[in-house]
Amino acid sequence: MTETLGKDLLALEPLTARQIRLILDTAEPFKEISERAIKKVPALRGKTIVNLFFEASTRTRISFEFAEKRLSADTVNVASSGSSVQKGETLVDTARNLEAMRIDMVVIRHGASGAARFLADRIESNVINAGDGTHEHPTQGLLDLLTLRDNLGDLTGRRVCIVGDVLHSRVARSNIWGLQKLGAEVAVCGPRTLLPWAIGEFGVRVFSRIEEAIEWAEALNILRLQLERMTAGYIPSLREYNRVFGVSRERLARAPRDILILHPGPMNRGVEIDSDVADGPHSVILNQVTNGVAIRMAVLYLLAGGRPELAEAAKGASDR
Amino acid sequence: MPSSPTTVFDARAMDRTLRRMADEIIELNDGTDGLVLVGIQRRGVQLADRLAAMMKEREHVDVPRGALDITLYRDDLQTVGPRPVVGPTDIPWDIGAKHVVIVDDVLYTGRTIRAALDELADFGRPARIGLAVLVDRGGRELPIRADVVGKTLAVANGDRVDVLVKDLDGKDAVVVVRPGDGA
Repeated sequence: MTETLGKDLLALEPLTARQIRLILDTAEPFKEISERAIKKVPALRGKTIVNLFFEASTRTRISFEFAEKRLSADTVNVASSGSSVQKGETLVDTARNLEAMRIDMVVIRHGASGAARFLADRIESNVINAGDGTHEHPTQGLLDLLTLRDNLGDLTGRRVCIVGDVLHSRVARSNIWGLQKLGAEVAVCGPRTLLPWAIGEFGVRVFSRIEEAIEWAEALNILRLQLERMTAGYIPSLREYNRVFGVSRERLARAPRDILILHPGPMNRGVEIDSDVADGPHSVILNQVTNGVAIRMAVLYLLAGGRPELAEAAKGASDR
Repeated sequence: MPSSPTTVFDARAMDRTLRRMADEIIELNDGTDGLVLVGIQRRGVQLADRLAAMMKEREHVDVPRGALDITLYRDDLQTVGPRPVVGPTDIPWDIGAKHVVIVDDVLYTGRTIRAALDELADFGRPARIGLAVLVDRGGRELPIRADVVGKTLAVANGDRVDVLVKDLDGKDAVVVVRPGDGA
């Protein structure tokens, strides 16, 4: 296998289908490690990883931390509040100071689109994007792909619809790129105010009514409706959003097939998703969370040794 | 002048050797009680399956089997880079207080076995761990030896010893490939 990832994982858009499959395939055996009594392998022993979170996050940060610890890496968490960032230090200065302490990898979550790329171009450590502004959230996209693949098999020709606030969603972007590269058909559905103006350029189908999306799709990836969108005037009210776009059991019951339900979390029950759907038999929302740890382990593992010339050498070597 | 790979074992010789190894493992263990075979991905897993089938013929018991992928326990991620993660680790049995026999195709530097010992320790504390290999080609870099050996081969450092198994390679054989061989 000659495929490698290079130094960083910043987005799914620049990756090839083979690189995405490499990550998904590498994640498979990592699932089992989390089922062991001793949930730890020594693959990244002695590596130091900094989780640099400039935005609030529980799930993603904990998922990365579990992934790092289960690979035996040493981890440090830096949150923007209570750090020198609050004192006005720039992103690059923060990272360079960390690098001066001899770290190996940085996992970064930042409110500005492009922040991960900006950092990756300026430091030598591996950089993993854990969400940058409205750009991408590649590991979320990958764990969604893995969960879809677990349940649907090969994604070629499978129909996945992303529902909700696509405009502000980095999860939506990573999903669209990843799904299209693996050959799936992608649609989006949401109020026109919450879809990007240039949605046509993504090459996706657009549904303005949730009923049409349910009629068409084999899986729905339901995005969280950020509550502050209402005060910003994107939607009239949460109740109205739920009435028009909420995914309910009644709506799903009219579908011509069982529809797989994904949600990147955290959920607003009763807004974009009803409780009996979130907890229903076709919900794979908690499988997504489980797969998230395996995906992040795979990405860390591949980046840690991911120097192409060495992977090439490994191909020829046959020491036992 | 390039030569072609030298065949050490054909299918019949390999079968004969595996039968002897199965007997030796049972002898080493004083029977099949508490015996667990753990194959190392990938060809060690196939060989462990073969040995277990032969033991069943002779002793009429199903010897438990497991599979170990030692990729994540290797010590060369830094120097060689990541390898394709080949197969799952599957140890469905409690190995505590058992007599575990690690099965692999070729014993060379001993680093794979070192990694396997580390990984097994994370699953439990066997009463004893043994090692059975189809081919011992010498060249050890660690103080490790096999308890049961199919065949000892003296081969040069640059040579490659390939064990072929029917399920993965279409035929059973052991061949020595020299640098410059067509294969």
